[in-house]
Amino acid sequence: MAVCIAVIAKENYPLYIRSTPTENELKFHYMVHTSLDVVDEKISAMGKALVDQRELYLGLLYPTEDYKLCRYGYVTNSKVKFVMVVDSSNTALRDNEIRSMFRKLHNSYTDVMCNPFYNPGDRIQSRAFDNMVTSMMIQVC
Amino acid sequence: MEGLTLSDAEQKYYSDLFSYCDIESTKKVVVNGRVLELFRAAQLPNDVVLQIMELCGATRLGYFGRSQFYIALKLVAVAQSGFPLRVESINTVKDLPLPRFVASKNEQESRHAASYSSDSENQGSYSGVIPPPPGRGQVKKGSVSHDTVQPRTSADAQEPASPVVSPQQSPPTSPHTWRKHSRHPSGGNSERPLAGPGPFWSPFGEAQSGSSAGDAVWSGHSPPPPQENWVSFADTPPTSTLLTMHPASVQDQTTVRTVASATTAIEIRRQSSSYDDPWKITDEQRQYYVNQFKTIQPDLNGFIPGSAAKEFFTKSKLPILELSHIWELSDFDKDGALTLDEFCAAFHLVVARKNGYDLPEKLPESLMPKLIDLEDSADVGDQPGEVGYSGSPAEAPPSKSPSMPSLNQTWPELNQSSEQWETFSERSSSSQTLTQFDSNIAPADPDTAIVHPVPIRMTPSKIHMQEMELKRTGSGKEAVADHTNPTSPLLVKPSDLLEENKINSSVKFASGNTVDGYSSSDSFTSDPEQIGSNVTRQRSHSGTSPDNTAPPPPPPRPQPSHSRSSSLDMNRTFTVTTGQQQAGVVAHPPAVPPRPQPSQAPGPAVHRPVDADGLITHTSTSPQQIPEQPNFADFSQFEVFAASNVNDEQDDEAEKHPEVLPAEKASDPASSLRVAKTDSKTEEKTAASAPANVSKGTTPLAPPPKPVRRRLKSEDELRPEVDEHTQKTGVLAAVLASQPSIPRSVGKDKKAIQASIRRNKETNTVLARLNSELQQQLKDVLEERISLEVQLEQLRPFSHL
Repeated sequence: MAVCIAVIAKENYPLYIRSTPTENELKFHYMVHTSLDVVDEKISAMGKALVDQRELYLGLLYPTEDYKLCRYGYVTNSKVKFVMVVDSSNTALRDNEIRSMFRKLHNSYTDVMCNPFYNPGDRIQSRAFDNMVTSMMIQVC
Repeated sequence: MEGLTLSDAEQKYYSDLFSYCDIESTKKVVVNGRVLELFRAAQLPNDVVLQIMELCGATRLGYFGRSQFYIALKLVAVAQSGFPLRVESINTVKDLPLPRFVASKNEQESRHAASYSSDSENQGSYSGVIPPPPGRGQVKKGSVSHDTVQPRTSADAQEPASPVVSPQQSPPTSPHTWRKHSRHPSGGNSERPLAGPGPFWSPFGEAQSGSSAGDAVWSGHSPPPPQENWVSFADTPPTSTLLTMHPASVQDQTTVRTVASATTAIEIRRQSSSYDDPWKITDEQRQYYVNQFKTIQPDLNGFIPGSAAKEFFTKSKLPILELSHIWELSDFDKDGALTLDEFCAAFHLVVARKNGYDLPEKLPESLMPKLIDLEDSADVGDQPGEVGYSGSPAEAPPSKSPSMPSLNQTWPELNQSSEQWETFSERSSSSQTLTQFDSNIAPADPDTAIVHPVPIRMTPSKIHMQEMELKRTGSGKEAVADHTNPTSPLLVKPSDLLEENKINSSVKFASGNTVDGYSSSDSFTSDPEQIGSNVTRQRSHSGTSPDNTAPPPPPPRPQPSHSRSSSLDMNRTFTVTTGQQQAGVVAHPPAVPPRPQPSQAPGPAVHRPVDADGLITHTSTSPQQIPEQPNFADFSQFEVFAASNVNDEQDDEAEKHPEVLPAEKASDPASSLRVAKTDSKTEEKTAASAPANVSKGTTPLAPPPKPVRRRLKSEDELRPEVDEHTQKTGVLAAVLASQPSIPRSVGKDKKAIQASIRRNKETNTVLARLNSELQQQLKDVLEERISLEVQLEQLRPFSHL
């Protein structure tokens, strides 16, 4: 179950970040921030070829000593990054499930972008997006 | 009558229906009474109804007792589920949904049914079935005139749910105030084009005063905002509060109702239906919206791009956040553009918002862009709905046509379950989704060798066979050592192969190494003899493996030695073979020929006598195997190809040998291998072959080895080239030959293909092992050679001297 979901803009500032309020949210913010470096690293490593060839799903970003929380990354072609912190103490989520979650995130994000009233670079305040994220954060509970 | 077992839900439902039909409270139900109506409401053809009645015994009894009624209800459920009507189906059909009844009179039943139903399916179906009395009732609440309300409430009162109806009448007072307000701003300012319709709106509002429907109220209410220049809400706040109360009260009533019925589906539906009224777009409103749409986009079937829509709606001075939310709600297909319906919905939401209505979380049904089939009905529903809600209840589910009650139900469900929309958008959105799906799916595919079609040559041809043999002989050379079994399967089926002895199955032999039923052989029978022999061999092989399907022959192995074989042994082979016998033998593609030969040259002649002995032994045993000639025939041909010289001997011998060899192999494949490795192997082989001959078909190993061995022996006889390698190559050739060289008819049967693939793989492993062993032997022999040459050199000086 995802405990924290963050959408990071191209310039590496957060467009949307939300975590289950059970724990210290600052800790999640910190985790997402540290993961950004890893994401950038992966992008640059893979991005030597054409950008299109780069896969959007980055997978587990880096192994941590805390086996309960895993960070997964996903980058769109416009360098918008999705970082998800997953609590794996429950049934370990398979890769496919993580992928599908990112896919949903991506779709919701594109829906937000389609909204002419949304200026790219603003914080995402769409209720639909919120609902989708909430559903994802609760679903596996 | 059979005993009827009902689940709890069914029990309750049926008892409720029974009490409903049992007007007289006499535990008896008159046939012509409510029951018939009930059954008619079940939407079953008349004959089915009659059949049901007959089955349950009512026609016999003349009335519906409780048990008959229950049975009839169960049969109705059975019939509705599509099962044949039989008495025993009452209790045998499991998980039968509750019978569904569609009719206004059965609202109560359906509602009760809905409440009793436990599975969502029933809920969906029931709730879809239920005509919207609550909606209507709630619509009523907005109506000023109680007149229109009365008929409906009276209709509602028919049902025992009357208490639910009453609260609906509470808000009627508000419309009065609304109407007042609606007339209020009739002065309206004409500054904006929007205000143009202002005066139009107000008279409309007045005209609507007499009509039912919160639509009137709504329409009365909506004009003010446009008239007010989009800016001033001065007049509206009080009304807006009332209006906001309105939906709230609507919701309350909805909740009251929903408490009465436990189904969430119905609840959702009622909520949405309650929303429908305030959110419904009146005709005039719609016309107004359409005109506005035209100003932006003349083509009514076209889209308004997002930017234009943004400008337009920004004029309403609503905060961007709310406009963004309105957009999210109204852009149904998430394409960044607004169709006419979407535009109207957005406009309506803007109007509502300006009036103080809170934006809903989900798009109300009435605002949803209608699907094509709903559009007409929705339009129909709009107009008559506004005017005459007292019309037939079944006619106007608030926003959806009665013809799509289920859809009516599903819309709110879909609306509320964003999940479904997400999946919808997922499918419709970026191709990334698709590709990702593909990428996810693709790796998940297990490696099923079954899946990919093995290229199979369907048309057996000699040329092809020869090619196959060629290839196989090359590989056969390597795999000589290990094949002891081939003959055994052959031995197993002598009868089959009797007539095909002569067939030059050399090709097959090489290919027939796979033990499996190269039942492709069946197709071969029709082919030239070569094929036939292949077939026979295959059959013999199939003796070892249960299924006689013809596996495709293993892909021909590219052998570097091909050239060798072709250049060297082919000729010899052909000459020899032709010389020999095989009357039926057509061209013998050099199967595994040359390999042994060059190596044979240095081979000690010692082997020869041994082989000769072995051969003799074999020949002695041959008579026993004559009946198995078919096998032999195949083998012999294989051997010819494989060993490239083996079949020099007589047919009988050729036949015997394969038999012998396979028998040997069958009995002792491992030993044959070992034998091959050492000089004494040949002796062992011969010895083994002898007993092996007796034990026919003992071990279902690759038959080829034996024939190969025989070939080797025959080669020895023919030429002084007795060598382990020869034997091995012979074995290999036999093995290879036994394999179905040509995957002809295989293509027919995928299972055969798969089986053959497996067999081929097994053979491959065997051959690989053989290969390695042969390599080892080759090394040894080469070393020998070197030592001999050294000796020669040492001796030579003396001679020179």
